[in-house]
Amino acid sequence: MESSSNGTFHLRRTRRKRIGMILAGVLFLATISGIIVLLTLLVDVALTAGGWLDVQFLNSLPSRFADQAGIKPALYGSLWLMGLTALISVPLGVASAIYLEEYAQDGWFLKLIQINIANLAGVPSVVYGILGLALFVRFAALGQSLLAGALTLSLLILPIIIISTQEALRSLPTGLRESAYALGATRWQVIWSHVLPNAAPGIFTGVILALSRAIGETAPLILIGALTFVPFLPQSAMDQFTALPIQIFNWTARPQDEFRGLAAAAIVVLMILLFAMNLSAILLRDYFERQTAGE
Amino acid sequence: MPTDMPDDTPRPESSMDTDETASDSASDLGSANGQAAPDEASAAASTADPSTRPKIEIQDLNFWYTDTHALKGITMNVKPHQVTALIGPSGCGKSTLLRCLNRMNELIDGTTLEGDVHVDGQDIYAPNTDPVMVRRRIGMVFQKPNPFPKTIYKNVAWGAQINGYTGDMDALVERSLRQAALWDEVKDQLHSSALNLSGGQQQRLCIARTLAVQPDVVLMDEPASALDPIATSKIEETITELKSEYTIVIVTHNMQQASRISDETAFLYMGRLIEMNPTDKLFTRPEKDRTEAYVTGRFG
Repeated sequence: MESSSNGTFHLRRTRRKRIGMILAGVLFLATISGIIVLLTLLVDVALTAGGWLDVQFLNSLPSRFADQAGIKPALYGSLWLMGLTALISVPLGVASAIYLEEYAQDGWFLKLIQINIANLAGVPSVVYGILGLALFVRFAALGQSLLAGALTLSLLILPIIIISTQEALRSLPTGLRESAYALGATRWQVIWSHVLPNAAPGIFTGVILALSRAIGETAPLILIGALTFVPFLPQSAMDQFTALPIQIFNWTARPQDEFRGLAAAAIVVLMILLFAMNLSAILLRDYFERQTAGE
Repeated sequence: MPTDMPDDTPRPESSMDTDETASDSASDLGSANGQAAPDEASAAASTADPSTRPKIEIQDLNFWYTDTHALKGITMNVKPHQVTALIGPSGCGKSTLLRCLNRMNELIDGTTLEGDVHVDGQDIYAPNTDPVMVRRRIGMVFQKPNPFPKTIYKNVAWGAQINGYTGDMDALVERSLRQAALWDEVKDQLHSSALNLSGGQQQRLCIARTLAVQPDVVLMDEPASALDPIATSKIEETITELKSEYTIVIVTHNMQQASRISDETAFLYMGRLIEMNPTDKLFTRPEKDRTEAYVTGRFG
């Protein structure tokens, strides 16, 4: 059509630029509002925790008397839980992801598994608690032990680890695998020497994020019967236990004002633990990125 | 039972010796699943006169990506110690054909292959042939330089290491880098990252990496298409020098390159082999009109 090419342009530069500026402002506000709420929370908690957070608090057993109470058993319980959960969920999750990405043949069966894993990642944690109670506490007769808790938390975060590991494996360039295969490498040699080292930063990030989710979980632990008052330290994986979120939950439910300060102090400890985990994720990722760069 | 790796003495160069290496490889391929005995036909084939026997025989090869019929009844032979170029317009199937020669295509889901590919008389698609051993004998250099994100040394050594090389690794690395004409440029930085090299150097490193496992055949998929003219001419020089020891099949978009470096050229169009002839003849006196139209730049 000759006629259509005879139109003129209305550039409207000021108008277009103004719309761009308004949008940038809206996006900035959205970012800021989330951060402000989070900061308010942190500052408020830190102020309430003020006088309570000291060495005695970290090093004492819980008590009826607020000034003698501490979080040592809860802190130990949480660390035990994290360690055991990591030991169970990381090998299982990474192995599943490697199988699904590198070995499994495309087909309806693989699709079914994928959909199920994605769904499991969205199941409420209470449901995992019920499952853990039936499966580990009762059926496997592990009792209200650290091991039962860790197994339940492992189930909870397995889908997250699998999905994030799959993403990490998928994001590798195909040329990497092909060039290794072209040298006469077996599938396992390709995975071990090239796929895993190059996917490691992504895998670690996913694992730490998943563990960070597990450390804050309360509901499934309550369901499988973690104790609220534990005047001893766990000595083995079969011991009864409590964990930081449960201790916090317990203290906030007390009528006395002092215990609110204790709860706030415990929250600060939990936050520091989380921060340390995320920091280690970043450091590990940097380390592996430098490794694979061949330095 | 011959072992799959020759020792660290230099590669045999005479045709008789090459035949011996080839019969080694025949047993290699056959022993994939512990079925050691090579069948009679291939045993007979490997004792045939090596000067007339093609290195690679492709018989009525058909290939599909899911529903796309990418290769249609390709039949051609590749002669030993020659550079064979595959040319043709984009999408004609030349890369697909190349990747059928070392079973790279079966790493892609949903592909189907029919027909035969024999290397040294051995059916590389036979049920008891191990694709890992096929690829170890038939190396490949890709279009985009893709060194491993490791040191230069490890890039070259890795393939030999996983294939159980027992000789002097330092010597092997040096020899491979020399063959790829890269040694003088990198000998002082063997333990720094391969990713710091220029694109042309990376591609020559990929060639060195391929040579380090001592293959019989080297497949190259447009190895110089991502490189500048100087790097390209270095790669071409390298290829010409490698001819005496290896059989080379190269895919190229660049017809001048094909005419410069290849002994024989195959022209593919729409998944079919239109014409295969000595390079001189194909470019100056093509038999088919379509070949003439393509090499004179009238289409494609």
